[in-house]
Amino acid sequence: MQIKKNRLIARLDIKGENLIKGINLEGLRVIGSPNEYAKKYYNQGADELIFIDTVASLYGRNHLGKIIKSAAQDIFIPITVGGGIRSLEDALNVLRVGADKIAINTAAVNRPELISEISNTLGSQSVVLSVEAKKIKDNKWEVYIENGRESSGVDVMEWIKRGEIYGAGEILLTSIDRDGTGRGFDLDLIKSATESVSIPVIASGGIGTIQDIYKAITHANTDAIAMAYALHYDKTTFNEIRKKLNSHKINVRNFNNDE
Amino acid sequence: MMNKVVIIDYGIGNIFSVNQAFKKIGVETFVTSNTQAIEEAKHLVLPGVGAFHKGMQALHDLELHKTIIKTANKGVPLIGICLGMQMLLDESDEFKVTKGLGLISGRVEKFPKVKDRNNYIKVPQINWHEIVPGVSNISWKNSLLKEHKSRDSLYFVHSFVAKPSNIDHVLANYNCNGILIPALIIKDNVVGCQFHPEKSGDVGLKILKNFMLM
Repeated sequence: MQIKKNRLIARLDIKGENLIKGINLEGLRVIGSPNEYAKKYYNQGADELIFIDTVASLYGRNHLGKIIKSAAQDIFIPITVGGGIRSLEDALNVLRVGADKIAINTAAVNRPELISEISNTLGSQSVVLSVEAKKIKDNKWEVYIENGRESSGVDVMEWIKRGEIYGAGEILLTSIDRDGTGRGFDLDLIKSATESVSIPVIASGGIGTIQDIYKAITHANTDAIAMAYALHYDKTTFNEIRKKLNSHKINVRNFNNDE
Repeated sequence: MMNKVVIIDYGIGNIFSVNQAFKKIGVETFVTSNTQAIEEAKHLVLPGVGAFHKGMQALHDLELHKTIIKTANKGVPLIGICLGMQMLLDESDEFKVTKGLGLISGRVEKFPKVKDRNNYIKVPQINWHEIVPGVSNISWKNSLLKEHKSRDSLYFVHSFVAKPSNIDHVLANYNCNGILIPALIIKDNVVGCQFHPEKSGDVGLKILKNFMLM
């Protein structure tokens, strides 16, 4: 059995009060109630949950507070919250209602010092640098902001290295090109990232089959997987993923519902 | 079961989840920084995330350090979680050497370096881990871990390692890429968990339940 343990995370993209899912972070479709799905994934044995408010950054507001507070009443696994966090105060507010980590993207690109400000007060383990990456040519990706709507001109690998220095504790790396497509991860992207930084990398965007997860772990050395599409559309479950990965000698958390 | 717990609020960390976790197991909670309320507690929780010196500074600013030590020395069960656990020890190397509460003798140090490039320890160490008995192999029977199964996992997130100087105070370790890291430490009525019982699903809630039986 491989020693390193890999985390399996459910990612819930939120718009207003709804759980939504898009393709390439666009064409958002309503899936249902975020809390219902969050609870379902908790009971199925998700290792963590990530909530991203997809429009908070655009409109400068954040609906997530209520959703998180309600989720954290019954859910006792780590919760990461992103979308519209622009200041240390915003971060504290999210932690006060039950989140453990905050994810920042747009505000960090606009002002990287924000990473240090939050990290110095709350600890680097509370700061997830969320990076939306779009491929521009072979082995070259650009950082997008505003939930994949706007190009920043920043190189992804340069950015995550800087993010680590500024004090980010983890990288949530989303491939815009693969998001919601089920075509598999952008393995080159993940591999470049895990080779560029020494903090954990969470791979997101593109899972179609469990084989994709296997490849991200073995070929690209990812530390964690964030899933949305595959879970929301019942393509697979945490139980199934655990069993399959275990049978391939991939180390994941044993969950009490497992046989 | 004792039905009330006092959770120390010193302005650091995610108290919401700790509070919710105790409520979930049917325990009444009182979140406070009031020294009198802390002294009168029957069960005491010291939560916390973040940097050691900031945590200790906050306790000093609110004059809580003496109250916590006094209350623990009376025999009141006290559980420190994550940073709260680390602060139970004598001192920490994080940023600058800072004195802790000294309720369990020992130090807080950096993660040991692992040479193997492909298997090094990522810091912050953020993961679910199974735990194993401490080196002195003290039985988990009658302990907080009495219901704990060998494959049950707990959620850890930390950048420094709390090392009691007496190995008898380590009830459980976890194996981090081949290196044993203290997970649960205990000295009489004082307990420290490096993991987050409030973030470890039912497995963690059971440990909190057992703490309330101390």
